[in-house]
Amino acid sequence: MKFSFSSEQEEFRSNLRRFLAEQSPTKEVRRLMETDAGWDRNGWHKLNTTLGLTAVRIPEAYGGHGFGFGEHGIVLEEMGRALVCAPYFATTVLAAGAILNAGTEADKQALLPGIAAGNTVATLAWVEDSGRWDADGTNLAAIPAGSGYQLTGDKSFVLDGHTADLIVVLGRGPGDGLSFFTVSGDAAGLTKRLLKTMDPTRKLARLTFDGVAATLLGQDGAAREAFDRTMIEAAVCLANEMVGGAERLREDALAYAMMRMQFGRSIASFQSMKHKQADMLLEVELAKSAAYYAAAALDDGDADIAATASLAKACASETYTQTAIHAIQIHGGIGFTWDNDTHLWFKRAKSSEVLLGDASYHREAMMRHWAA
Amino acid sequence: MTESAVRTEVRAWLEANWDANLGLVEWRNKLIDSGWGAPHWPNQWYGRDLPAGLVPVVEDEFQRIGAIGVAKVGIRVLAAATILAHGTDMHKQKFLRRILTGEDTWCQLFSEPGSGSDVAGAVTRAEMRGNQWVVNGQKVWTTSAHKADWGLLLARTDWDQRKHRGLSYFVIDMKQPGVSVHPLRQMNGHASFNQVFLTDAKVEPEFLVANVGDGWTVTTTTLMHERRSADALRSWAQASDRPGRAYDDERAEIVSTMEPYKWYPQRAGRVDLIMPRARETGAINDPVVRQEIARLLVMSKAAEWTARRARTAQEQGRPQGPEGSLGKLASSYIARAAARVHTQLSGADALLTGDDSPMGGVIAEIFVSVPATSIAGGTDEIQRNIIAERVLKMPKEPSVDTDKPFRDVPRNTVG
Repeated sequence: MKFSFSSEQEEFRSNLRRFLAEQSPTKEVRRLMETDAGWDRNGWHKLNTTLGLTAVRIPEAYGGHGFGFGEHGIVLEEMGRALVCAPYFATTVLAAGAILNAGTEADKQALLPGIAAGNTVATLAWVEDSGRWDADGTNLAAIPAGSGYQLTGDKSFVLDGHTADLIVVLGRGPGDGLSFFTVSGDAAGLTKRLLKTMDPTRKLARLTFDGVAATLLGQDGAAREAFDRTMIEAAVCLANEMVGGAERLREDALAYAMMRMQFGRSIASFQSMKHKQADMLLEVELAKSAAYYAAAALDDGDADIAATASLAKACASETYTQTAIHAIQIHGGIGFTWDNDTHLWFKRAKSSEVLLGDASYHREAMMRHWAA
Repeated sequence: MTESAVRTEVRAWLEANWDANLGLVEWRNKLIDSGWGAPHWPNQWYGRDLPAGLVPVVEDEFQRIGAIGVAKVGIRVLAAATILAHGTDMHKQKFLRRILTGEDTWCQLFSEPGSGSDVAGAVTRAEMRGNQWVVNGQKVWTTSAHKADWGLLLARTDWDQRKHRGLSYFVIDMKQPGVSVHPLRQMNGHASFNQVFLTDAKVEPEFLVANVGDGWTVTTTTLMHERRSADALRSWAQASDRPGRAYDDERAEIVSTMEPYKWYPQRAGRVDLIMPRARETGAINDPVVRQEIARLLVMSKAAEWTARRARTAQEQGRPQGPEGSLGKLASSYIARAAARVHTQLSGADALLTGDDSPMGGVIAEIFVSVPATSIAGGTDEIQRNIIAERVLKMPKEPSVDTDKPFRDVPRNTVG
């Protein structure tokens, strides 16, 4: 399996990098992270009308561009690098992923074109107060009512759950089976509370469902396989987003070390600094390889993808956080001030480390596949 | 030449000429004359000026028909690369063919007891006496010196020059009375290297490579090829089990060439044995050990994919990114982590060695071989400096030894 980028992909990446550097300077990141929404429609439309980013992996039949995880990974990596504040991961990876994996042809026709066009902001609500990342933590009850269903229960840690137009919900039916449902963001009986998050660039909400009217997505009681698949894809996508952020931290720390003078010389000329930078480069490059390989394995239909996805997420989790710790250390005193930008990525590293399961969780998941 | 033209031509030549019943040297001489033995070498010197990107096509065809290639294992590869780059026509005439046939064995006389990472600090002395160079000094870490016909020698010829300017590079005849070779026993009990004592050893003037004072430049060429081919040099050569005189000869050659490297798999930590051992010992069911195993496998897989990423970029003719410079450092971390996990897997059995130890001593050999990985061929510390200075372009440390006559530079008095 080849997993290096073609020249078209490299060109796509460099255009995107330029565009995102303009759209998402840290001044803009700081402005958006202070808002309750965490993003604005204006910027979101630019992302999608100018470059069609929400459409990247959606098949052409549903109004998308029909690219694979390789290209989607590039977009996410560049967004992670620029720390873009937008409901992109929730919409294109989680919600669109669940719809593609679980939905019937009619579901896809109904739901995906809006996402591809950038008109629908969507998310996936599966985790509950227990904080479990797998499907077994699902207690939210789905009761058939008329031609649809009524949902009652709670979801938490929902990415952009307070601003999404469309919420895909994992619920448990009367026969104990798991099903996906779709709920409108302004449905009656749905209460949305913005959670106070350590990482202000990634907003989370707690949702309370009190007999909320919902539409079944896919087959009743048959969501588990599609859910597992969606989590595998999400782990790979998040790993790609994370290595973009890790590389940015590494490069910024290097640029600072080169410029900073102490004891009459650039601190980058000290061996202690060089050795740290060399180790950071090694760690970031290894994590990038794992993330790229996993994306290519998804496109390739690799049978070992569940283990590979967990490997990539475990590797990215350790690396992003460790790189952020090093980056603050290299900046010295200014590194732990609010005015310096390093903490923005540090906090994103920390939230990404935990989101979808931390490194230990994914190491164990990987071992379950390989030790079986 | 296009890929398919190369393929067609080499296939036709092999089908007409490959004969497993020839002696190995006889076959290789025929192959060398055809230019298919070293196709990326110059036309004038046994090659076909083929771009490096097309070499795999040729190798593919050799594999398809089961034909044996030229000798490519050991220091002889570095000797060939260095001679091609810096040697005279006489050197090329005299040495290249016998390198390719495998008739001559080579060794590299660079490191000294007083200069390990700092190879340019060599103090072995070469002086012109009468019309001959006379060499005195001590070299160390010399793989295969006891079998070598020729040595690549770095020696100091001018002590009043600055450190890097006072060195010269020679080819030295190893089978002479002034050269004495002693095995160097390592902490794992093996003796894969030698110490070489040079006492009034002689070098003919025409065996100087490049000019007097150019020794460091030539050494850099050798070291660059050593880094580039490190994996190939150490990879386990696979002998074919097919019948035929050429195969018999090749099997004997591999046994002899690979002898010094027989513990190298253990030195790398034997990641391949981790899962079988975890199952065998039942440690696979211990959640703490599972985490450690997983940490190791994550690192080792990611490093494998990084090497593949670098290789793909190279094959596509794109400049290699930083990922190409990280392999040695990564394998060193992996080896150390693997030794730690093997200890956890073995429990009390990790106390034992030899026949009493798991897998007939292989596991014990991992523990006492891994420490060499982060030192041999460039310490981790030097690797990090190289990555920082060459890849990340960080400024060099201020140096205190390069701007004065070498005789004034502080150095080790003994060993």
